[in-house]
Amino acid sequence: MHPAFSVIFLTTLIGAGQGLFLALYTAQVYAAFKLLPAQDPVGFYALGSLIALLLLIGGLAGSFLHLGRPERAWRSAAMWRTSWLSREVIALPACMGAVAAWGLVHYTAWNPTLFTVGGAFDVDLSFLVGAVGTVLCFALFICTGMIYACIKFLQEWATPLTVVNYILFGGASGFMLATAFAAWQGSGLVDFYGGWAIVMTVIAFVTRSASLVRNARLKHKSTMQSAIGIRHARIEQKAQGAMAGSFNTREFFHGASPRKYRFVKWVFLVLVFPLPLLLLSAGLATQAFGLLLAAFLVQYLGLLAERWFFFAQANHPQNLYYQTV
Amino acid sequence: MTQLALVIDLNVCVGCHACVTSCKEWNTSGTAGPMADMNPYGLDPTGTFFNRVQTFEVGQYPNTETVHFPKSCLHCEDPPCVPVCPTGASYKREEDGIVLVDSDKCIGCKYCSWACPYGARELDEDQKIMKKCTLCVDRIYDESLPEAERKPACVNACPTNARLFGDVDDPDSEVSLAIRENGGYPLMPEWGTRPANHYLPRRKTRITIHADELVRADNPLKKERELPMPDAKDPTLDETTSW
Repeated sequence: MHPAFSVIFLTTLIGAGQGLFLALYTAQVYAAFKLLPAQDPVGFYALGSLIALLLLIGGLAGSFLHLGRPERAWRSAAMWRTSWLSREVIALPACMGAVAAWGLVHYTAWNPTLFTVGGAFDVDLSFLVGAVGTVLCFALFICTGMIYACIKFLQEWATPLTVVNYILFGGASGFMLATAFAAWQGSGLVDFYGGWAIVMTVIAFVTRSASLVRNARLKHKSTMQSAIGIRHARIEQKAQGAMAGSFNTREFFHGASPRKYRFVKWVFLVLVFPLPLLLLSAGLATQAFGLLLAAFLVQYLGLLAERWFFFAQANHPQNLYYQTV
Repeated sequence: MTQLALVIDLNVCVGCHACVTSCKEWNTSGTAGPMADMNPYGLDPTGTFFNRVQTFEVGQYPNTETVHFPKSCLHCEDPPCVPVCPTGASYKREEDGIVLVDSDKCIGCKYCSWACPYGARELDEDQKIMKKCTLCVDRIYDESLPEAERKPACVNACPTNARLFGDVDDPDSEVSLAIRENGGYPLMPEWGTRPANHYLPRRKTRITIHADELVRADNPLKKERELPMPDAKDPTLDETTSW
């Protein structure tokens, strides 16, 4: 498939935004159970959710660049019963709404206690809004992953690992950003977030490696023989019906040389996993904001390369009809 | 149920591209809007087509065969492109099974083209919406046309009659007979899309001749030569000539 930069930015930006929000809400839940110190509602929760919201808005803007007719985008919420893309179109604004509401509740300090559980634990408004936001974040991760995983003949994508990777990459980059944010705000959560960023990056390394191994051993079901229905070991295309390119040659081929293709794979394997972990460890040891921010930025750059490779690796069966001019 | 479809006879197709040009000629002023050509006289022309004829070479020289292969939307009975459409612009008509795109609803997200294993859908570079074969839906029901012309433009144009059009759900239709009796097959059956369009394979007429069939054991000329009468003891065809 041809990697479209609009979709690369959409998936990486909203992933980091969702991850950051999950990190912020995790801290609130821990604080509610007195496991972590409570944070400043305005300086930490509200400002953090604003950053998460900006990332989500950036992703949404990227998605509009992907459309041929962006002015009709509102129509795309219609077919949520059958289409994962339509479900994502609903989940993304819902998620943005929840993140904004959660930030507003903290910013305005209008946070009434709704009910009390067991006579001791107060459930306030921000707790409830954050829980809804968490559910929506996960729903959005699943929608985004399933858009790719549900196309069964794009065999490189049609695996549960696709969804798992989207969740873990979003979580890892979000917690990485939360670590830097906590250091910037001087809160005591740097080690907490840093620890989880390491855990998620390591698990993501395992699952992404699993999908790379799976795809390397993949046997494509469609062949030249099944494509034109002629049983012969040697079928060679002589003409594809157009002398210059067509939509079919532009949309479904990545067009990069084998060298560049392999290079991007190693770039993402280095930039997403070992390098940010090194920077993060150094940052945690020195509590240096610059190093922690660099860890996030390096991993984000790596994720752009990872998403490029994710698209380029998918081999569409229609390519069998477009082997040569 | 009715499922309109094309049956394309690869045994007859000569790869003349008449179906391609007639399709473009009819449909560029049809209901799906113009089929834009970008940079048509430049170095790198490209354009929207509903139908393309591709050419494949099967086998190794000298035992090769050139197969011309027209490819358009197969109007699948279980079309994977329809449920993925977020706006409902892609739909399959209940009444005749034609898969269409509502050009007023399409947002040009290209997701349906990803979900078609055959590459039958193309994004129009000018209108930025998805275009595909309509089976000339604006022609086949047009009562102002003579009845014989109420067929897709490609079918009318084919000089070798390689393209048949009809209802594949009617067991007695011309297309159903052709599929059943001439080995019609769908493309990429492995994905369960159940394409309505079928292809008829290359067919060869071969007879097997054994060596003894080339030499007649009893040559009638021989009898004429041996006048006036064969001897009763001579070998003959059968009892009737042995007198």
